[in-house]
Amino acid sequence: MKKVYGSAAEALDGLLHDGMFIASGGFGLCGIPELLLEAIKQAGTKDLTFASNNAGVDDFGIGILLQTKQVKKMISSYVGENAEFMRQYLSGELELEFNPQGTLAERLRAGGCGIPGFYTKTGVGTVIADGKEHKDFNGETYIMETGIVADLAIVKAWKADATGNLVFRKTARNFNPPAAMAGKVCVVEVEEIVPTGSLDPDSIHLPGIYVHRIIQGDHEKRIEQRTVRAKSASGETRSA
Amino acid sequence: MWDRNQMAARAALELQDGWYVNLGIGIPTLVSNYIPEGVEVTLQSENGMLGMGPFPIEGEEDADLINAGKQTITELPQTAYFDSAQSFGMIRGGKIAMAILGAMEVAENGDLANWMIPGKLVKGMGGAMDLVAGVGRVVVVMDHTNKHGVSKVLKECTLPLTGQKVVDRIITNLGVLDVVEGGLKIVELADGVTEEDMRASTEATLV
Repeated sequence: MKKVYGSAAEALDGLLHDGMFIASGGFGLCGIPELLLEAIKQAGTKDLTFASNNAGVDDFGIGILLQTKQVKKMISSYVGENAEFMRQYLSGELELEFNPQGTLAERLRAGGCGIPGFYTKTGVGTVIADGKEHKDFNGETYIMETGIVADLAIVKAWKADATGNLVFRKTARNFNPPAAMAGKVCVVEVEEIVPTGSLDPDSIHLPGIYVHRIIQGDHEKRIEQRTVRAKSASGETRSA
Repeated sequence: MWDRNQMAARAALELQDGWYVNLGIGIPTLVSNYIPEGVEVTLQSENGMLGMGPFPIEGEEDADLINAGKQTITELPQTAYFDSAQSFGMIRGGKIAMAILGAMEVAENGDLANWMIPGKLVKGMGGAMDLVAGVGRVVVVMDHTNKHGVSKVLKECTLPLTGQKVVDRIITNLGVLDVVEGGLKIVELADGVTEEDMRASTEATLV
């Protein structure tokens, strides 16, 4: 069983095809699989559908695949902060399916758990409910949402061992575990591959059964909104 | 009339000791500056964190530690991290006692619109639809009227909804209103605001 690969391009070799469906981890620019996205850009794979909470910014994250017009459709909850995205969307070049954030997360988790559909109160009485099955439980109305199974999941974690057990760091965990679960194949990029046996088995965030290929690399980890508080004034905040 | 900070301070009085709470972007974020003495609340950030701390001191920003507004923040001794599916599991499952959110419009039946203006750039609903459908109590904090003086407290929302019959209480620069049977009930008037002022600025039915 060999899961560790030498580069993002090697790890994606044989997995990419035009028109495929990719689930990607990340929230904003936090915890995004930046190396794998760059490798998909280099590979030139086209007509991609992405399930990803956000669409990056113009020159980072999924934004780099929008610039090269490799994306056909986004399934996302929030797509601000990206001018090229808006241009392509308004001109009809790009399809967009808005999902409420929790519905998107649960669709990925459910898909990975073999659950093809589930009922939620989220979106009842809004445009999100249009055309969806409605069902009452205990006097309350719910709508049916479907689980997502993607051709490929691309995920960023902090550490992995060679068997694919993963540990994430702080809020960079976000959509990465549910995206990983939703993929028929899951490729993970990490900051560090550690010796098998060195991770505490009780502290694994995602077990290696969900992980098929792993690469280690240097990450830019760009900050989208740097907010700090002044050292002197207590509680006062300012943006920088 | 209350200013932004006074509205946030009033909203902070809604918080009860031991509650887990989600604060939206804008005035709701300011609420954390006014949490009353002796009231311990844990702030949830829906990107996967309970126990959200203040902005970091310059030089201590961490790209792996942001809030739902994508701003750099810090952790606290009681902080816990989790993934987005679990985060919205606790929201949808009613474990979060209260969400304090901004709004574009609120209707007298509790309908809320705060994500989309047709014809304008739509960025998405993020986690707002999940929050209003799932949390125990929804408190809206917003200006009572728009910049043209038109009421945002309406008989019916004109904008696409974020949630249907989800708002429990509205805190504006003019005072506090509760969603009750048949319309809205005045709970409190802001300093210097009369009931006539409130009625003049409110399109919704006041009972």
